[in-house]
Amino acid sequence: MITPGELTCREVVELVTDYLEKSLLPGEEARFEEHVVGCPGCTAYIEQVRQTIDRLHMLSAEPVFPETKEELLRIFQEWKRV
Amino acid sequence: MSTEPNSPASSDEEVVVQPVVADGGHSSIPQEAVNDIDLLQMLRDGNEAAFAALIDCYHTSMLRLAQAYVPTKAIAEEVVQEAWLGVLQGLHRFEGRSSLKTWIFHILTNCAKTRALREGRSIAFSSMPDYETRFHEPAVDPERFIPPDDPQGKGRWATYPQRWDHIPEARLLSQETRVYIERAIEALPPSQRAVITLRDIEGWTSEEVCRLLEISQANQRVLLHRARSKVRYVLEQYLGEE
Repeated sequence: MITPGELTCREVVELVTDYLEKSLLPGEEARFEEHVVGCPGCTAYIEQVRQTIDRLHMLSAEPVFPETKEELLRIFQEWKRV
Repeated sequence: MSTEPNSPASSDEEVVVQPVVADGGHSSIPQEAVNDIDLLQMLRDGNEAAFAALIDCYHTSMLRLAQAYVPTKAIAEEVVQEAWLGVLQGLHRFEGRSSLKTWIFHILTNCAKTRALREGRSIAFSSMPDYETRFHEPAVDPERFIPPDDPQGKGRWATYPQRWDHIPEARLLSQETRVYIERAIEALPPSQRAVITLRDIEGWTSEEVCRLLEISQANQRVLLHRARSKVRYVLEQYLGEE
């Protein structure tokens, strides 16, 4: 919920996800960006959030264990037979 | 079979089918990305390469998502295996109204939820996302900000968060950092964990996540917000130790 007037850092922090999801209304987005541009604290915070997301992206793309895959293919072959 | 015209952009995973050659060696037949319709037909025809491709594409994501619901990785592995069997048994019924991916993950979440209930997770999953967002939870500890009784500074950072751009890349990308992040994810309540897993780890779009978890965009954002805040906090604690 955005109160009229300037945004506080505390409020900005609650809006970061909405901002990154591009779901803030144009007016809200403008006020958000205006605050961040002039605020080293919030700038650092948002950068931390972005870095966190980047680290999360890197957790995926693990290969399947060969034994697991073999077992699943066996299940497939059994299913085929029926 | 019907296709969805102009379906909303989906995360760009392609199922790539490698031909299974009898000699077990490398084939000169090029790998091709297969669309849902062809893939479905291949699966129904019992094409093993097609199923192998599906496993390569989705298995580890399914395992990750299952862990959002059930208590251990071992149980999650059982759940995913059960889901694959469910996929095979349901192939003849699948009408293509959703993408193959959504359908597969739907089977998975159903298996996971059923198993979770058997393992004693008693909260009804239909109300889980609402349950998890029932109270306001600040993204950052209010102590980090100047208190309301200070008219000049109220709501501003008491001390600025640390900048991470001076932290060596090697540290940010280290195995240790990774472990901290994984632990932070494991500590999340199920719906938050599911959302952050699908969005930020697996790269699904918000539409795909909302469709799978049957939640609104607004609800999804709140869950994502909370999950990210917690992981950020854990990272901040860890990286702040010099």
